[in-house]
Amino acid sequence: MVSVYQLEGATGAWEVVIGLEVHAQVTSEAKLFSGASTKFGAEPNANVSLVDAAMPGMLPVPNRECIRQAVRTGMAIEAEINRWSRFDRKNYFYADLPQGYQISQLYHPLVGEGVVAIEPLERDGPGEAKKVRVERIHVEQDAGKLMHDQHPTRSYVDLNRSGVALMEIVSRPDMRSPAEAGAYIRKLRAILRYVGSCDGNMEEGSMRADVNVSVRRVGTEELGTRTETKNVNSVRFVMAAIEHEARRQIAVIEDGGKVVQETRLFDPDKGVTRSMRSKEDAHDYRYFPDPDLLPLELDEAFIAECRESLPELPDAKRDRYVDALGLTPYAADVLTADVETARWFEALLVDAAAAQNAPQEAVAKAAANWVTSDLFGALNRLGREIGDSPVSPRQGAALLALVADGTLSGSLAKQVFEVMLETGEDPAAIVEARGLKQTSDTGAIEAEIAKIMAANADKVAEYRSGKDKLFGFFVGQTMRAMGGKANPAVVNEVLKKALDG
Amino acid sequence: MSVDAATVRKVASLARIAVTDAEAEALVPEFNNILGWIDQLAAVDTDGIEPLAAVIPNHLRLRDDVVTDGNVRDKVLANAPEAQHGFFAVPKVIE
Amino acid sequence: MTDKSLTDLGIAAIRDGVKAGAFTAREVAEAHVAAVADARALNAFLVETPDRALAAADAADADRAAGTLKPLSGVPLGIKDLFCTEGVETTAASGILKGFTPTYESTITAKLFAAGAGMLGKLNLDQFAMGSSNETSAFGNVISPWRRGDGGNAPMAPGGSSGGSSAAVAARLCPGATGTDTGGSIRQPAAFTGIAGIKPTYGRCSRWGVIAFASSLDQAGPMARDVRDCAIMLEAMAGFDAKDATSLDLPVPHWEANLSGDLKGKRVGVPAEYRVDGMPAEIEALWRRGEEYLRDAGAEIVPVSLPHTAHALPTYYIIAPAEASSNLARYDGVRYGLRDLPDGANLQEMYAATRAAGFGAEVRRRIMIGTYVLSAGFYDAYYTKAQKVRALIARDFERAFGACDVILTPTAPSAAFALGEKMADPLAMYLNDVFTVPSSLAGLPAMSVPAGLDGQGLPLGLQIIGRPFDEQGVLNAGLAIEQRAGFVARPEKWW
Ligand SMILES: [Mg+2]
Ligand SMILES: [Zn+2]
Repeated sequence: MVSVYQLEGATGAWEVVIGLEVHAQVTSEAKLFSGASTKFGAEPNANVSLVDAAMPGMLPVPNRECIRQAVRTGMAIEAEINRWSRFDRKNYFYADLPQGYQISQLYHPLVGEGVVAIEPLERDGPGEAKKVRVERIHVEQDAGKLMHDQHPTRSYVDLNRSGVALMEIVSRPDMRSPAEAGAYIRKLRAILRYVGSCDGNMEEGSMRADVNVSVRRVGTEELGTRTETKNVNSVRFVMAAIEHEARRQIAVIEDGGKVVQETRLFDPDKGVTRSMRSKEDAHDYRYFPDPDLLPLELDEAFIAECRESLPELPDAKRDRYVDALGLTPYAADVLTADVETARWFEALLVDAAAAQNAPQEAVAKAAANWVTSDLFGALNRLGREIGDSPVSPRQGAALLALVADGTLSGSLAKQVFEVMLETGEDPAAIVEARGLKQTSDTGAIEAEIAKIMAANADKVAEYRSGKDKLFGFFVGQTMRAMGGKANPAVVNEVLKKALDG
Repeated sequence: MSVDAATVRKVASLARIAVTDAEAEALVPEFNNILGWIDQLAAVDTDGIEPLAAVIPNHLRLRDDVVTDGNVRDKVLANAPEAQHGFFAVPKVIE
Repeated sequence: MTDKSLTDLGIAAIRDGVKAGAFTAREVAEAHVAAVADARALNAFLVETPDRALAAADAADADRAAGTLKPLSGVPLGIKDLFCTEGVETTAASGILKGFTPTYESTITAKLFAAGAGMLGKLNLDQFAMGSSNETSAFGNVISPWRRGDGGNAPMAPGGSSGGSSAAVAARLCPGATGTDTGGSIRQPAAFTGIAGIKPTYGRCSRWGVIAFASSLDQAGPMARDVRDCAIMLEAMAGFDAKDATSLDLPVPHWEANLSGDLKGKRVGVPAEYRVDGMPAEIEALWRRGEEYLRDAGAEIVPVSLPHTAHALPTYYIIAPAEASSNLARYDGVRYGLRDLPDGANLQEMYAATRAAGFGAEVRRRIMIGTYVLSAGFYDAYYTKAQKVRALIARDFERAFGACDVILTPTAPSAAFALGEKMADPLAMYLNDVFTVPSSLAGLPAMSVPAGLDGQGLPLGLQIIGRPFDEQGVLNAGLAIEQRAGFVARPEKWW
């Protein structure tokens, strides 16, 4: 994919070079090095052990699940898994860091080089997925939280998050536009959620990105000085921060200045980044191997378990939907973009195939159509996620079966679905109770058609003299007379015979 | 390697230990004495030697993912110089 | 039995006497509580906990009546103030932890108490265990019960960092005490005060709840008056602890039951490199006598080479301060201990003020050296290099142990010095640990046993270094020396 995103400065065109360090909270019950809970939203300092508070003499013991989830994540991006890694201390002083150091991995990370394929942007037309290289994933501790607005002269320290396991997923500077960066984060989040290693909830801070941005003149190769904008917590903000930061850097350079390598903060209210002076002297982190922890050595059984426990990942699933289920690439994309959607869709497929006594391939298209139009439309209106859809996959499958066997027409199915959304009742019960069953009773249809033709003799004459457009008029009249329940195919057939007869 | 007072002040600042200029000056010869002495290691041939990773051959054990700790806020805050409303309190930080 | 003689008893004698009913644990505890109160001139205890000692004694007497005596029932101990003790102030002899009362009990003290031992109090030490003379404590020097025979009455250093422990055990204030050893902090003070002490293999004793100095080196161990007492105490202290990721998952051997001074078939290595310039002739002579004792016990003496010995001290003085600079970052005035908040100071200024006020000069010096060697641009030249040399030092030992079972050396290059004699020159002080540091770097078990007196009547110790996990071999060689050295000297009570 050719980069088309350029920024016009006063002196020419500029290209943006973007790398992201995504911090993803590992899904686990307990913290990385202590037995305290990771639950979100607890009372201040409730989910804190003496280890998390860095009491004298306290020691870290690593949580296997956190290591396992990071390894599985690495496997999901086809990364090298390092059989030998170790933890280092990153030393700096801050009130949210009780130990005075963060246990992280610098020299020997758990996961090495991997790759994340992002979909080609619509603007660029169809093409190969772009591959963003991931340099490494390492495991580290989260910090606590400072609250500045509770007291006039004090900040308050809450250590509930202190010690929660994070994966830091470090990309190469492979992205060239805010849109690509957004696509990368969305794809990464999808992968993490498929793997189950992170819930991807950016509002609660389970995923946040440090955004490294530099600019260079179009046509040049050398990388410019980069800035790091810390802890940006939504896809939209990441894109906005890149845009702002790139324009700011271009302005600095074009004004004859130099971009300073520094840590910056994104202000979502103003949409700007600003220098973070509070961290300015923290650049010398004095990393060294944590002497409280031995090297982490993974055995083959552990690795094998991690691999076997991996689910089908979004790219593979998408390909299968297209190749084996015959879905359109668009539908496959939409249905696999999020693990919850894919899970729901696959449950629907199983139930629909069973209900129609047909193979999944045979029911897939109709199911995909119904999900991407009817179900998504309804969820959108209701402001609900697919995870709490008022209609279950089994109910959806029952509805599809009623359409497939001719009990319901498309428009009847829509009516029934509305009732399902409102009442949560099964479609068969709704059809029964409200008499919404489609009729193929030729006698009844013939009787209504006869009445309509009698009442509209002039139109019958016009039709017979060649104005076949009027056919639609007769269909509409018949359907109305039948209360919308007539099988359209039967109506067409009978009507044709009567008019042509 | 030899250090000057500015370096001593920088190190003290990194270590968050307040030093007066006089203290920094006084530390210079002490530092250089010690650093000069440990500099002798530079002459040791360590080609092909891996830095020691574990003193005694031993493997890092991993614990199970079970909540076994926490909910000890009183213990956590028991020795705090300043605790308010369940938080540690520090001079206001301006980001 | 008089109270006086009860304080002369060691751990085994107290244990056995309580069991036999020769005296009660209460009597033992009372005698020691009185001795502690009577010896404040030594400044060995930072906190006295007579109630704890007496309560444990009463529990021991009740256990005896019920027939449920435990391995250390009736034994009152001193606890180095580096071990966190629940409900009892723990400061590491630093102003920065003044008033800190742990809400938790270190694994080792918990094990000792569970084994029936009582606690007489918390023992003074070099601040954060940094020092070799117990002169860096924020709460005053510990004064050795020993004095030179020159009639000068100069107060002598009890060694360090476990100087409160060594002084208290030597002065008969307690039959045993916990120590910790990072570069010799059990062995050197033991040697200086005529007692025995063993640093086990790194990982034998849990570090959980022990205030950290240098994590890759710190090991707890017992200090007592003889080898058997060390074995008894070590058995109670050692063992796997899931809360310490460096803990060894090995069963605790029956060291006491397997004690034997018979060294037939054993080879004792004598490293040429430990014959350092300026070592007093008395130390040299003691070393030779040690060889004789071990030969007499049936061992063969073999020369071994530890070629990187000379580099051990500078290696140690990179690694230990580096680790310490990071381990001590948590003392910041936020969650416990001292807070110094000058008017109008911000958070970072509060840190700097608190740490300047709370840490003593030697601690500040080591934190800064450690910070420097880890700082940008120097990490590889210092820290990585030191860890490589450390690997070479460990390899030296591994090779030497191909030719011998244990290694015999002096514990320290001199007898105790007077307080103040070496404080002016940090390097001269560091050189005290020249014989103890190499085995610390290699994580090996090593002990000091009293083996003689110098011309001034001050004790001298011999050091036995063993293979990883071979505390038994170390203890047995120590016992063989002890049995032959006939060390009976004790400080005359002047306090
Ligand atoms: Mg970062
Ligand atoms: Zn990070």
